[in-house]
Amino acid sequence: MILLLLILIPFLAGVLSFVIKGDGVKGLALVSSLLTLAVAGYVSMNSGTPIYWNMPWIPMLGTQFSLAGDGMSAMLCLLTAIVMLVVVISNWNKPVERPGAFYGLMLLSQTGLMGVFLAYDGLVFYMFWELALIPVYFLCSQWGGERRIQVTFKFFVYTFVGSLMMLAGLIFLSVQTQGVTSYAWPDIVRAGASLPPQTQQWLFCLLFIAFAIKMPIFPFHTWQPDTYEQSPTPVTIILSALMVKMGLFAVLRWLLPVLPDGVAFWSDTVVVLCIIGIVYASLIAIVQTDLKRLIAYSSIAHMGLMCAAAFSGSHVGMHGIMVQMFNHGINITGMWLMVSMIENRWGTRDMTKLGGMASTAPKMAIALVIISLANIALPLTNGFVGEFMLFNGLFQGTSPYHITFMVVAGLGIIFGAVYTLNMIQKTAYGNATEMVIAKDLSANEYLGLAIIIALILFLGVYPQPLLDMTSGVTSMLVK
Amino acid sequence: MKAIIAATILGIIMMFASIMVKNKSSVVALATVLLFLLLGVNIWDIITTPATQPQSFFNNMLRVDRFSMWFNALMTGCTCLYVLLVGKEIKKVGSHVAEYFALIIFILCGLYILSSYSNMLMLFIGIEILSIPQYILAGSDKKNLKSSEAALKYFLMGSFSTGILLMGITLLYGATGSFNVANFSFLQADTLNPLALSGIILIVIALGFKVSAAPMHMWTPDVYDGSPTPFTAYMATVAKAAAFIAFLKLFTGSFGSISSRWMLVVSIITAATLLIGNVTAVFQQSVKRMLAYSSIAQAGFMLFAILAVNAIAWQGIIIYSVAYTVATIGIFTVLMKLKDYTYDGFNGLAKKEPLLAFVTTIFLFSLAGIPLTGGFMAKYYVLYAAVSQGHLLWLVIFGLLMAAISVYYYFRVIIAMYFKQGDPELHPVSGGDKFLLVLTCLLVILIGIAPQLFLNGI
Repeated sequence: MILLLLILIPFLAGVLSFVIKGDGVKGLALVSSLLTLAVAGYVSMNSGTPIYWNMPWIPMLGTQFSLAGDGMSAMLCLLTAIVMLVVVISNWNKPVERPGAFYGLMLLSQTGLMGVFLAYDGLVFYMFWELALIPVYFLCSQWGGERRIQVTFKFFVYTFVGSLMMLAGLIFLSVQTQGVTSYAWPDIVRAGASLPPQTQQWLFCLLFIAFAIKMPIFPFHTWQPDTYEQSPTPVTIILSALMVKMGLFAVLRWLLPVLPDGVAFWSDTVVVLCIIGIVYASLIAIVQTDLKRLIAYSSIAHMGLMCAAAFSGSHVGMHGIMVQMFNHGINITGMWLMVSMIENRWGTRDMTKLGGMASTAPKMAIALVIISLANIALPLTNGFVGEFMLFNGLFQGTSPYHITFMVVAGLGIIFGAVYTLNMIQKTAYGNATEMVIAKDLSANEYLGLAIIIALILFLGVYPQPLLDMTSGVTSMLVK
Repeated sequence: MKAIIAATILGIIMMFASIMVKNKSSVVALATVLLFLLLGVNIWDIITTPATQPQSFFNNMLRVDRFSMWFNALMTGCTCLYVLLVGKEIKKVGSHVAEYFALIIFILCGLYILSSYSNMLMLFIGIEILSIPQYILAGSDKKNLKSSEAALKYFLMGSFSTGILLMGITLLYGATGSFNVANFSFLQADTLNPLALSGIILIVIALGFKVSAAPMHMWTPDVYDGSPTPFTAYMATVAKAAAFIAFLKLFTGSFGSISSRWMLVVSIITAATLLIGNVTAVFQQSVKRMLAYSSIAQAGFMLFAILAVNAIAWQGIIIYSVAYTVATIGIFTVLMKLKDYTYDGFNGLAKKEPLLAFVTTIFLFSLAGIPLTGGFMAKYYVLYAAVSQGHLLWLVIFGLLMAAISVYYYFRVIIAMYFKQGDPELHPVSGGDKFLLVLTCLLVILIGIAPQLFLNGI
């Protein structure tokens, strides 16, 4: 029942938001985020033994409304709750057109995300997967930049095609369960594992395309930079910190355990694609001048690394993913907040027109440096812990090419340092440029960033809580 | 059985009502009452018939089972909803309002026969009773050249396909010596007479015409576009579902044992229907014409139920018929409120009439197959039926890709409503209309959340 609350609270608050006129809706969003965070925190603390909840739904299709809160689900729910709270706090003073609809849709997308992370039934998972997308589609198309309509539409169609492929795969799997049709996770796992390797191989493609588009993995990433650039920043945060995790989460929950032979067959190919993505995206990031595009490409590189580790088949890599899923969500939220503040102060995201933040807005500059360094995985930040384990995992991978993989992927770190330091240099240092609004951090922005930075430093020094939470899942994923 | 008799009597009453009742509004009210009466008769039929025992009538010409009664009741319910939503618009079409309603009741009578025929002659009679009122309805706007063109085109092509159907039935009779559909289930795939096979293929073509499957779909866009919009809404939904039920009954019930012989032809027809319907719909500028192509595309999905040849297909066709009918009638209702039927006519609707835009969005979601709407469950059931069949996964994947294309043209309407500026010209929308639209919208969501409610009767 407690799991259902995670879905119900944002859902009810979201629906209510549409009715409320004026700025009261912000308060509602804040209350809802706090409540969700409290529940997510409670679930996380008790996730040592997974919590289950189910309700009969459509028996003749073999589907139940069943939810499961194990370590991984709980962690991602917690991340969703934290990010949502930070978004609400740091946008407190920002006027937005038609706040009711805006916050309503934000909360509904949170509902979808929670559902995806908690679903323990294939069809329920699919439904939430789609439902998380719809509000985001409206958010981007309504509040985004100039080219928002085409860009968002491309994004929508792209991911929709992927989801439909996944649906075909899921239906196929549900029919294979012995005896009756069933979508329950254990049944799907049993059905998948019992299939002949050849069937698993093409079934893998159906499912993986959906997840790869969501993450996104090269060459399915083309929707991503445009969409991130054109979306309003709060939505970009939802997309990059949370929605891409849906893809990775789905790989871990609905692919690796379900189709072991398919995974064994394709894992090298996937890792190669991921590594191409890392190098390619990092190189493009180096030449970007638009801050949003730079971060968008750096996010492709980071997700690529996580996905590569997922297919490396090593234990430490799996731990790394768990840690890094959370950390990446936190760091990239911080990055986007910084971008939106810079855009707000200077009226531009073009790095060539920025500079001198350290003298004009020193607090902001400090935050920017800390978050950026976490983003390139400097020791003592949370990024380091995650990336170290990911690389270690790639190195210890089961593939015969594991060393090559690690070395080439390692280029990503160097390139990452190049574009990030370059960005810091161009924005924080150099000649001071004129600000449109000459103001350092306001109280609410301060609070939002403080949460982020506190988490960065805390998890950089002591990542154990995350590892403890997810150890059950990792040991199940890697035998 | 009671329903068929009731539909005939009520249809005749409606016809003569035009003499007694002069006021158009009273005619609409009378028609609504009669249709609800018909719905009552259907429900009475379900309640009084024992669940397990199918009943035969007229020397086994008709065989009414649980499934057909349930289908009849649901489709009659959809017709009631249709008349409530669209009744006012039907008034505006021409001067003989009572006759239009009489024709609609006759179409229902044809539907009842098609859902329970057990003899090829009844199939033929059912198809004719279903089609002839449609020819008339298509041309009911007599002063409009497009409407007359639609009627003529529909009539010529329709009679042609009826001829093919008759020829198919004849060949089949020649091969088997029987009109009774129960006797066809003894046909064997390996000893199938070429005469019988040609008959079956001719029947596929004729029924394919009625459900507007490619390449027999050519009439659809012109007829649906040219007919008065209220009647398009009916022809594209309930009347089409009736043709589908006839198709399914014959092919799953009687020709199921020889499915290997006709499977390939129907698979190709399905793929072609999906491809042509979806791709052509992308290029339309008028929403009404887009909906005509979308009805072809949706027919492609319903064909999956025919291909599946299993028990789930029966459920699939019911859910699909209901979900598609409700959403399409809803969207046509909104369309009729607009003065401009192009996409641009929808520009800025969300600002002017937020509620109208919202319900339209839900209807479009349903047609596109977004979860939690009826359309998703409908697509899900037919695809699930096809996947269970075992050999059709390629076609299922193809169908899903086509569903992704359909998002393009359905979402264009949403984009126009929400993200484009404009001041759409509207006919007045009353509070009652809005209430009914919200009710329809809730129904769409209910089908998506609890499809089992619509399958309880079988």
